[in-house]
Amino acid sequence: MTNDDIKKLVTDIIADIAPDEDLSALKPDVRLREQLQLDSMDFLDIVMELRKRHGIEVPEADYMQLATLDSCAKYLGPKFAAKGL
Amino acid sequence: MNLSRIVITGVGLTAPNGNNLAEFRHALLTGKSGVELFETRHMGKVLAGVCKFETTRYQTRKELRVGTRAGSVSIYSAHEAVNDSAIAWDKVDKSRVGIYLGITEHGNVETENEIASLATFNNDTKFWSHYHNPRTVANNPAGEASLNLGITGPAYTLGAACAAGNLGIIHAAQMLRLGEVDFALAGGISESIRSFGIFAAFKSQGALAHHVDPTKASRPFDKSRNGIVVSEGGCIFAMERLEDAVARGAKIYGEIAGYAVNSDATDYVLPNPVRQAECIRLAIKNSGLAPEQIDILNTHATSTPLGDVQECQAVASAFEGHQLPHINNTKGFIGHAMGAAGSLELAGNLPSFDDLVVHPTINVDDLDPQCALPTLVLNQPKKVKRVDAILNNSFGMLGINSALIVKRYSA
Repeated sequence: MTNDDIKKLVTDIIADIAPDEDLSALKPDVRLREQLQLDSMDFLDIVMELRKRHGIEVPEADYMQLATLDSCAKYLGPKFAAKGL
Repeated sequence: MNLSRIVITGVGLTAPNGNNLAEFRHALLTGKSGVELFETRHMGKVLAGVCKFETTRYQTRKELRVGTRAGSVSIYSAHEAVNDSAIAWDKVDKSRVGIYLGITEHGNVETENEIASLATFNNDTKFWSHYHNPRTVANNPAGEASLNLGITGPAYTLGAACAAGNLGIIHAAQMLRLGEVDFALAGGISESIRSFGIFAAFKSQGALAHHVDPTKASRPFDKSRNGIVVSEGGCIFAMERLEDAVARGAKIYGEIAGYAVNSDATDYVLPNPVRQAECIRLAIKNSGLAPEQIDILNTHATSTPLGDVQECQAVASAFEGHQLPHINNTKGFIGHAMGAAGSLELAGNLPSFDDLVVHPTINVDDLDPQCALPTLVLNQPKKVKRVDAILNNSFGMLGINSALIVKRYSA
């Protein structure tokens, strides 16, 4: 799974969590919470949806690794790779 | 004690047959039902009263995703009530606004949904939603309205089974009189049809209505009635102290004249007509009106074989020796809206102060002799000479009874 693939699946999750947001111009290197109206419960939704849709676990200590789309790709890449994806 | 006079200055509602008072009233005068077949988890199609209000009128899609159906009903009804009151909302001190909403129950829908979702993950609780608690706390419907409208005064629910719609209004009147708030949004709401449990329980109890024609299934006082049609809905009133309403030139729908709440203390589900009659008598006494001055009595009757008879006995007993008011029922149109029932049923009758028409009880093809009160308004609206006071009955499980009287406002 490429970095772009991971960014897309995270963006797909965000689209469901924040359906009123325009995600067309998301900057991959800027914190998601600076670009979108996301609160802590929304952030937990991202973690939950990664678990439900992709079987990926994100321990609480690693939540900060999901701050930007770029950091998501960097952090989640090895986890998807470990699943053979 | 010199108590402030409390008036209703706005109405916001969603019913299975109307999404504002004008639509709802029109439906009640033209025989329009709101009952239809409704797909329910584990049970297939059941009969239910389903609301079709515009959910995104006052909520973002994200709010709808995070919140509950009850919250959505509350938010819609609260906004509509504020708008209808024509108060200068931007200038209102939101810390002096209270939200008091009656509920029959809350949390069953969200819990059932979560359990069903969890089953798809082998019941591993790490998939249980972090929204479960804020969705299921009993104050959720009022709390969501406070969040959406930026109201920082007290916002909570009152659990009172199917008497709850009246209880919300009564509680608001008390809080306004105590000076706890200056403006109240009060009534009742229900999302019950989204829970299979309520249908299954009524079915197990032998109290769930069935009929080949959904619009005929809820038929209070008819000989062939066979149970309750469960409905969703909401009705919230804007309420104020009279002096505040007059000072801002508000339209006044009616004045709270009196009320009573009591308990049967006899059974979990079966009503007690003796206590119901006591409640009605006490409300009339507290209103300062004579029984003959009550012009319309809206019954709670839910279309169950026993309950309807018992309420008729209670009404006959409460008015013994006096002229009976015109008697009607709203559930034939919309089914039983649970926590919203009392408020919706009151709202549906308030226009009678202006048009002097009593909306009927529909679906009575063969009046049960045990329910044959002589002043029942059956199947067709009735034009009358006077409507100055309306008494609204709402009763609930565990034996909670309420009677609320609203009278025509006159200075």
